[in-house]
Amino acid sequence: MLHRTVKVLNSEGLHMRPADKLVRTAVGFQSTIELEREGQIADCRSIISLLTLGAMQGCELTLRAQGPDADAAIAAISHLFESQFNENQSNIQQP
Amino acid sequence: MLPDTGNSLDVHARMLELQGIAVSPGVAIGKALVFDREGYSIARCLVSPEESDGEWERLGVAVELANAKLEASRDKTTASWGHRLGEIFSAQQQMLLDPRIHSEMELLIRKKHYSADYAVSQVFAKYAAAFRRASSSFLADRASDVGDVERLLLESLSGKPTATIHELPHEAIVVSHDLTPGETASFDASKVLGICTEAGGPGGHTAIVARGMEIPAVVGVGNFLHYIRSGEEVIVDGNLGLIIVSPDDATRDRYLQRRRTRQSIAEQLQEIRDLPATTSDGVRIELMANVEFPQETQTCLDRGADGVGLYRTEFLYLGHDSEPTEEEHYQAYLQVVRDMQGRPVVIRTLDLGADKMGLVRPEEPENNPFLGLRSIRLSLRNPALFRIQVRAILRAACAGDCRIMFPMVTTLDELRSARFLLRSVSEDLLAEAVHIPCAVQVGMMVEVPAAVLMLDRFIDEIDFVSIGTNDLTQYTLAVDRSNDAVADLYQACDPAVLRLIQRTHQIVSERGKSTSVCGEMSNNPAHALLLVGMGIRTLSLTPAAIPIIKKAIRSVTIGQCEAMAWRALRLSTAREVEAFLMNQLAGLVPEIVLQA
Repeated sequence: MLHRTVKVLNSEGLHMRPADKLVRTAVGFQSTIELEREGQIADCRSIISLLTLGAMQGCELTLRAQGPDADAAIAAISHLFESQFNENQSNIQQP
Repeated sequence: MLPDTGNSLDVHARMLELQGIAVSPGVAIGKALVFDREGYSIARCLVSPEESDGEWERLGVAVELANAKLEASRDKTTASWGHRLGEIFSAQQQMLLDPRIHSEMELLIRKKHYSADYAVSQVFAKYAAAFRRASSSFLADRASDVGDVERLLLESLSGKPTATIHELPHEAIVVSHDLTPGETASFDASKVLGICTEAGGPGGHTAIVARGMEIPAVVGVGNFLHYIRSGEEVIVDGNLGLIIVSPDDATRDRYLQRRRTRQSIAEQLQEIRDLPATTSDGVRIELMANVEFPQETQTCLDRGADGVGLYRTEFLYLGHDSEPTEEEHYQAYLQVVRDMQGRPVVIRTLDLGADKMGLVRPEEPENNPFLGLRSIRLSLRNPALFRIQVRAILRAACAGDCRIMFPMVTTLDELRSARFLLRSVSEDLLAEAVHIPCAVQVGMMVEVPAAVLMLDRFIDEIDFVSIGTNDLTQYTLAVDRSNDAVADLYQACDPAVLRLIQRTHQIVSERGKSTSVCGEMSNNPAHALLLVGMGIRTLSLTPAAIPIIKKAIRSVTIGQCEAMAWRALRLSTAREVEAFLMNQLAGLVPEIVLQA
């Protein structure tokens, strides 16, 4: 199983929109993908379990993936965290 | 409690009788409207095992329908407001299709034979509750998203808008696990025929509101939501604490007959409305009303109340999200004082626990709220909040005979601090040239045994005393009567409580001041006669009970009451006292005993 530590950078934390994007990304992979916060584990295909983590800005999570495309899954999801789920970008786009 | 039916569906075929706690008298017959914990109506809870596959398919269809609706909302919102807002609906879609939620719902439908609606409400309510409990406000806000998705899914299942407890589609008997203060406060009294809940006790807000609105209610029935579906006929017997689901013809006829008899007794009682509550040998007993809402004054006058002996002000705080303004307090008090046309009105200051006021952080709940920061303690700790209420009471006092009463006073220091604040508020108002009366009577509630033991020190600093028998019983016997496990130990007629009442009356009357009793004891004819026999001359009770208590008082002599009290005070257990009083009442006023 591959794992990596990711950090919530966007100001509003892992709320509805970022969690939605995370699920959309996760369902594109065959691997099982999980996020863990202080012993609590969330399935990345389930938005409700991601929200239950209550991960706010600055929170560190362990990302884990197991399966044929685990490498790519870890890379794609880490990228989402690093790019702050494009949350800030869409702010700028607003008129 | 519940019959073991093997298959729970059998119970629908025949009558089911359940015992709960009677908290608001009267009988209601009507169609049930079952509400889940989020306040949404549910068609029915269980299906037969053969129907489970059908329910699962029905849920699948509803999910597709709800998904299409969310998609339409998303597109429409995105077009008008941009991606960022549109994505909220996309996230709600994700919640609707969430694999974890679906596997939990499938388990409930296939293994436990829940209806699709009930499975939806159970699973979504679980997450909404978990989010609300969470310490971060970030998650608490998500509870409303969960609620939105739940409601949409329930509407897709039933094919019609889901009724909420705030807007009933038709007259109904409200059936629920429990009701929050917000839900009860926004009831449409013209549509709620009766109330029955799984949880709750005699002192809970459901009980208080039901009595205030004169809606028959039975609470604390235990788990029974599984056995009832919306639309089924239900009888709520608020006198005996019974719930009857799908009554047979004989039972329904019996209840209809009893209702007619009761109406005719009520009409007879109405004839003595304008006569005073005087014993047959001429001792006048003041019968005051306990009220919750300003609108109740009309009921008080209709029932012939001598005044308002207890105006509970808590609902000013509970109905709203924000704290009430001085003007909101003032308008409510002014209405009551004016409507009572010169009759005395006793306004009790805030009597709530900190937990009910949103002043306790949810992550640090009080271990023991009844022994915690509540009532006068809470007011003294929050002088800004307290001053607003006291200002409004003093201003309203110009309109009639308005008195102020402090609840749950335990120590002399508390009484002095409250009086100090009262004086300082009066001085402020005078300095602002606001018109207030030169003197307002100040009283305290006796609810804590310590106050009874020290009453000789309190008495010179107050004008009147009112005994709150509900809390006095709870604090004397160390019983939380909302706790089902010990509720039976709560006995207002326990000799220990009677001795405290007797001692209170003795100390107060020695100084030539008056004691009233404003707890539930006053609502019970046998208890009321006992109190009169002990020397109490003012009773404050729920308006609905005034006619029957007046009838009881007019049927007896003061000597009979005194003899009854003399003997009751020599008994050793609550059970003996209760049995003796019932026996006495049957002898003295048989016509009202038959009514019960």
